[in-house]
Amino acid sequence: MLPAAHDDPFAQFKVTFFEECTELLADMEQHLGDLESGSYEGETLHAIFRAVHSIKAGAGAFSFTRLVEFSHKFEFLLDELREGKLEVADDLVETLFRSFDVLSDLVGFAQNAEEPEGNYGQDALDQIEAYLGGSDGDGTDTKPGADTAVEEGAEAAGDASGGEDKPAVKDDTKHFRIEFTPREAMYRHANEPLLIIRELKDLGRTETTIDTSRLPALQAMEPEDAYFSWVFDLWTTHDRDDIDEVFEFVIDDCDLTIVTLDDSNTVVSVDVSPGRTDVGDEDDFGFFVPVAPIVGGVVSAVDPTPEKEEQVPEKKEEAPALAAAKPAAKKPAPTKPGAAAAGPAVSSVKAASIRVDVDRVDRLVNMVGELVITQAMLAQEVELGKEMSTDRVGSGMDELSTHIRELQENVMSIRMQPVKSVFSRMPRIVRDVSKKLDKKVRLVTVGEDTEVDKTVIEELADPLTHMIRNSLDHGLETPAERKEAGKAEEGTIRLSAEHRGGRIIIEIVDDGRGINREKVLELAIEKGVVSEDAQLTDNEIDNLIFAPGFSTAEEVTDLSGRGVGMDVVRRNIQSLGGRVSVQSFPEKGTRFTLTLPLTLAVLDGMIVSVADQKYVVPINSIIETVRPPKKDVEMLVGGGSVIRIRGDYIKVLPISLVFGLKGGEQDPSKGLVVLAETEGGRTVGLLVDALAGQQQVVIKSLETNFKAVEGIASATILGDGSVCFILDIDGLSKMKVPQHRLKEQKRLSSRSETNDNEDENENDKTAGVAAE
Amino acid sequence: MADDKATDQEVPQGFDPSQIGLAQTAMDDKEVESGNLVQFVSFKVDDSEYGIDIMAVREIQGWVNVTTLPNTPEHVRGVLNLRGIIVPIFDLRCRFGNGLTDATELHVMIIIAVGDRTMGLLVDAVSDILTINTNEILPVPEVDSSGDQRFLSGLITVQERMVALLEIEKLFNIDELVAQVNSAAE
Repeated sequence: MLPAAHDDPFAQFKVTFFEECTELLADMEQHLGDLESGSYEGETLHAIFRAVHSIKAGAGAFSFTRLVEFSHKFEFLLDELREGKLEVADDLVETLFRSFDVLSDLVGFAQNAEEPEGNYGQDALDQIEAYLGGSDGDGTDTKPGADTAVEEGAEAAGDASGGEDKPAVKDDTKHFRIEFTPREAMYRHANEPLLIIRELKDLGRTETTIDTSRLPALQAMEPEDAYFSWVFDLWTTHDRDDIDEVFEFVIDDCDLTIVTLDDSNTVVSVDVSPGRTDVGDEDDFGFFVPVAPIVGGVVSAVDPTPEKEEQVPEKKEEAPALAAAKPAAKKPAPTKPGAAAAGPAVSSVKAASIRVDVDRVDRLVNMVGELVITQAMLAQEVELGKEMSTDRVGSGMDELSTHIRELQENVMSIRMQPVKSVFSRMPRIVRDVSKKLDKKVRLVTVGEDTEVDKTVIEELADPLTHMIRNSLDHGLETPAERKEAGKAEEGTIRLSAEHRGGRIIIEIVDDGRGINREKVLELAIEKGVVSEDAQLTDNEIDNLIFAPGFSTAEEVTDLSGRGVGMDVVRRNIQSLGGRVSVQSFPEKGTRFTLTLPLTLAVLDGMIVSVADQKYVVPINSIIETVRPPKKDVEMLVGGGSVIRIRGDYIKVLPISLVFGLKGGEQDPSKGLVVLAETEGGRTVGLLVDALAGQQQVVIKSLETNFKAVEGIASATILGDGSVCFILDIDGLSKMKVPQHRLKEQKRLSSRSETNDNEDENENDKTAGVAAE
Repeated sequence: MADDKATDQEVPQGFDPSQIGLAQTAMDDKEVESGNLVQFVSFKVDDSEYGIDIMAVREIQGWVNVTTLPNTPEHVRGVLNLRGIIVPIFDLRCRFGNGLTDATELHVMIIIAVGDRTMGLLVDAVSDILTINTNEILPVPEVDSSGDQRFLSGLITVQERMVALLEIEKLFNIDELVAQVNSAAE
């Protein structure tokens, strides 16, 4: 399954890169959501920045130029933001979201090896430029010293939200000047100047100047050699000893001079040696000693610690950047802190998880499934040959069984993921939709860490999106309406997930106007979903919105009415083996409840026997099991039969006839009728011989090696190793008993041949109530 | 598709694909000319002997009861649990129109891989592994109008006996099966 390796030696790395992009973008989206809701901290901004930076770095390695260009600009904006030069405001968040979209699209283009249109994403770029214009531009924008944003202080590097302070000159503050020149061996001894700089920063306010003059051309550069030196101005209340301590570990590997200066020097001593270039803030106007937000990025060009992938583009970009730095003393500094910041974060993540191919996990799950079956078989054998086996065999079997169950649980849990990955997409949807509808909405999510099988998560996004849209569109009122009704202008949608009884329950609750039952009923009658004289309970009316071909939207909006209605949601959920229901409280709100199995690989099934065969009926579709009294069984013209249950006639399908099995009960009053609900909400009765138990079964595809068979959803393997089919209720409900079998059946039960018109007409005057 | 894969494996990376294609065709011709050894698993159904490409055979196992599939043609005996994989089993005798095999423990299922599908053939017995030269394979003369001959890709003679080589992909063409299933359901 590896991508064609012969045409692109990097294909494999690209796959990894795009996988990472997907994750990074997902993270980013979530963080952006936090940003919007205001529940963010300094770290949130850093995280977003890192994500963009990582994408840029990877994109650079694979020469996705458009992606690099855009992420570069985007990164710039984010850097301004996290350094506190820009305020997080609504319109800025808007720009961030738009940029995020463009970034995602560009990643998509790169992944599909497509080239976006020339001006693609220009609007986002313009927006970004608009923000950057005010402060300071990208690398090409050279307005030396024109800006007056001087406040860039020592806290810029780490503490974006920190209050800004001018050099606080108090009596006990001393001013040190530290000249720090690492010798070549320093990096080889695994020392990291960034740590030193950070420690210095902790001591007090620092101003940093870097000397990059010794940096050779890229090709001559030894990655482990030290080429830079720094001059730190430190205002601190600490003693000289504390400063010495900072340099304790590197003292043998560097040239270090520390001098104490008096206060007057804070401003005047601009003794920048010739050739010394400040890679620091471009905004100073020569008054302060050039301050550097951070120097860590430069380190990353030399420092072998950041991960390889990152280092390649980093260098690439460093070369022109440094070249540019000489004449203009300008350099996209913001790119640098990222590398340094990403370094430690990445390594800590690495330790916690590994990336595994889903196929491998699936194989593992399969094999453990096999193990369970084999174990069950062995246990049965041991049980049979009890007299011959010793106690030790018995206890060994018990132990084996425990271990295997545990193993199975653990293996299954590998596939489990928190629903967060789906939930995190919702704030975005709420945002976009509420904006379009001009409604004020707050989304509250609860239980995002609830875990559920990966496959379920993937399938969950669409129905959930649709339902949230529906709540926004139909459920919540406009601010004016809400005010009138005495509610807060801002509506609330609560999205929650929890585990309950081996299933996951997801609820979407809004505090809107509830379902308009009159209108629903009216429409349902109009569309022929229910008959005019139907007597329905409130709850039944509410659930009509799931009926096929139903939509209460007066006009089809591009939001919730895109040709699909809630019936599609229901079908999606049901195909996952779940159920969806709605409860409405007029003027108070609506609650949608989704119940889903934790995994698609396993299903709760009722095992039924028919003739000499066994079948599994999914429990979630079973309504009840009945043995109808003879008086409630009616024959229809042509031989089909119906049973009367609580005033309804329900079609009975004898499984043995539908599947052409020999033997098997034909008389509903003697066998058992399993009433099951189809996806369309209709009820069908399956006539079987008996129930044979209930158990969880592992779903196996029949189509992998064969093809779909009508009436059968999939297969499973029972404890004795035999294959057993899982019935497809929906498919079965559409099947009819073949005429020749019906005829044979009639001949067998020595009934008179009747007209073979197999119509499900409830016309009981000719029903030939063939009482024996 | 299969050819492409083979090409990928044999040719070092960085090779010009067009060259590969040319080289491959040339080689094929040469191999055929000089004669190329191939191996077949031979088995019996009734009194006839058949052979299938050994590369398609995954394993051979004795008959066990399988689960019947409803509404499928008679020659689909059902499905088998092969270490967790659901494998359909086809009755070759029935496929050739000679009625259902009365399967006993002595009968054999040959598990084969066709494309990306795995399936099993119910036969009377597996007899041998034949190593033959491709130029010994003779074309099938057209004697039958029923069309069943298209399942055969060639004939070989082994110790005075005729062995018919099966073209498995045609034998159990899934699309064809679908059509059959549909007609059986009526």
